Amino acid sequence: METQTPFDRKGTPIGRVRGLGSAHRGPHHWLLQRFTGAGNLLLALYLVFSVLLLPDLSYDSAFRWLSQPAGALPMALLIVSVFWHARLGLQVMIEDYVHGPGRRFAVILVLNLATFAGAAFALLCVARIVATAVGLDMTQGIMQAMQAGRPGGAL
Amino acid sequence: MSLSGIAMAERPLSPHLSIWKWGPAMLVSILHRVTGDGMALVALPVLLWWLGALASGSAAYETFTGIATSWYGYVVLVGISWAFFNHLCSGIRHFVLDIGAGYAVTVNNRWSVVTTVGGVVLTAAFWAVLVLA
Repeated sequence: METQTPFDRKGTPIGRVRGLGSAHRGPHHWLLQRFTGAGNLLLALYLVFSVLLLPDLSYDSAFRWLSQPAGALPMALLIVSVFWHARLGLQVMIEDYVHGPGRRFAVILVLNLATFAGAAFALLCVARIVATAVGLDMTQGIMQAMQAGRPGGAL
Repeated sequence: MSLSGIAMAERPLSPHLSIWKWGPAMLVSILHRVTGDGMALVALPVLLWWLGALASGSAAYETFTGIATSWYGYVVLVGISWAFFNHLCSGIRHFVLDIGAGYAVTVNNRWSVVTTVGGVVLTAAFWAVLVLA
């Protein structure tokens, strides 16, 4: 015996439940939050210990550390992992507190743009630090070669 | 009211903050979200500024360290470091809960307290090593 309710007008009961229920995309989000979280755990701790082991936090010390592979590679990985993790976390907050499908869509659109822009800027900074250090090394090599009387010998 | 509005209103909702009695698990859950979203909105811009300054040269780096080592700079940096260590501890707690462990009330409460205190202790240890070493 079925009772008449306002939403009997649309579809079958199971169809309505499916329409209002899970989109089945939650587990993917949940897993990615864990994968990036585990990455952050390792990489951020590496960054913390690296900072503590640096002789000081001057420009020269920080630049030298970030310009060699043991600094640049974990930093690049951390940037990808941490911005991804932050995007997932902010998305959850937005979905909880920003109401209305249009406004929510707009805020998540901005979130995506900001996340990619931030991560790209950070990776470009690391690339530039590495490139600058390589350039300095080459210049130094040429200078030494010239002083030794062999112009261009270093190349 | 739309059709979906009526349907949604009659579906059970997750209980909201106001009806819960405060407890350690509630505190650690709220702090996990606040520190996580807080770092996303504050620590990541600071990270970008630090990397941008390093990539720009020593003059830009001096500007960064000048502001970072002012009293309000230290307030922000200590806040970020606490958010990091708190989120790290409560994140590890999440991994443990994810495997199905630690749900008994006494165990859950104990580790919630350990997590919250651990974040503060690690923050203090970090700054002690950074300043004293």
